[in-house]
Amino acid sequence: MADPMRIRASMTGEKVEVRVLMSHEMESGQRKDASGNLVPAHFIQNVTVSHAGKTVLSAQWGPSVSKNPFVHFRFKGGKPGEKVTINWIDNKGDRRTDEAIISGG
Amino acid sequence: MNTKRRVVLKTGGGLLALAAAAGLMRPSQALAQEWNKAAFGTRSLAEVIKALGGSGSTESAEIQITAPDIAENSAVVPISVESRLARTQAIAFVIEKNPSILSASFDIPEGTDAFVTTRVKMAETSNVYALVRADGRYFHAVKEIKVTQGGCGG
Repeated sequence: MADPMRIRASMTGEKVEVRVLMSHEMESGQRKDASGNLVPAHFIQNVTVSHAGKTVLSAQWGPSVSKNPFVHFRFKGGKPGEKVTINWIDNKGDRRTDEAIISGG
Repeated sequence: MNTKRRVVLKTGGGLLALAAAAGLMRPSQALAQEWNKAAFGTRSLAEVIKALGGSGSTESAEIQITAPDIAENSAVVPISVESRLARTQAIAFVIEKNPSILSASFDIPEGTDAFVTTRVKMAETSNVYALVRADGRYFHAVKEIKVTQGGCGG
């Protein structure tokens, strides 16, 4: 299984600022290995961020999102101490779910 | 015909409709794990818009792309997009000269800012489009990012 995500969720005024760094190769399918063979594409396809049972961001990605993907966004309605849950699934069916607690501003 | 199966289907559909009506389940949640293969296989902005269900796009000054003019590392190009268009529902990153031009598409539910930052790989110098769906219509902004060495070939 992939390494845990690094998630930072903190209050900025009324909003929750979320920064997440995922651990994933994001292999493009364009790259060749040392012996000249194409390395098969391996990349995160779906990301969902939820808070209090509601999706606050969802994404579909292609193989051109950078290795160890980073996402930054903001949403309303969260409070310090509450949980933000992020999950991803890649094109091989590997998945990972991690949580973070919203910290005060 | 297997009548029991029909009944189950009917009931299941009814429940889903009820959940949707009650606002328990939004369409975006139901589709959260789907991946739009057609959209990621496209070769032009027009094709991307079509694959996402739109018919065309208007250039808009209400969309702001924040990204370097010259990418220091083409494998890690930070791009931020912010939309001031009312009822922004989705933001997509489209890199014209990449082998797969649609890089990422974000659904923005109500309550989430029409703003997202991510990092992308760029094969070569290219126009980068921020494609925004607002109130069901598509809008875009464009910025050229120069690349001195490609990021996809590794």
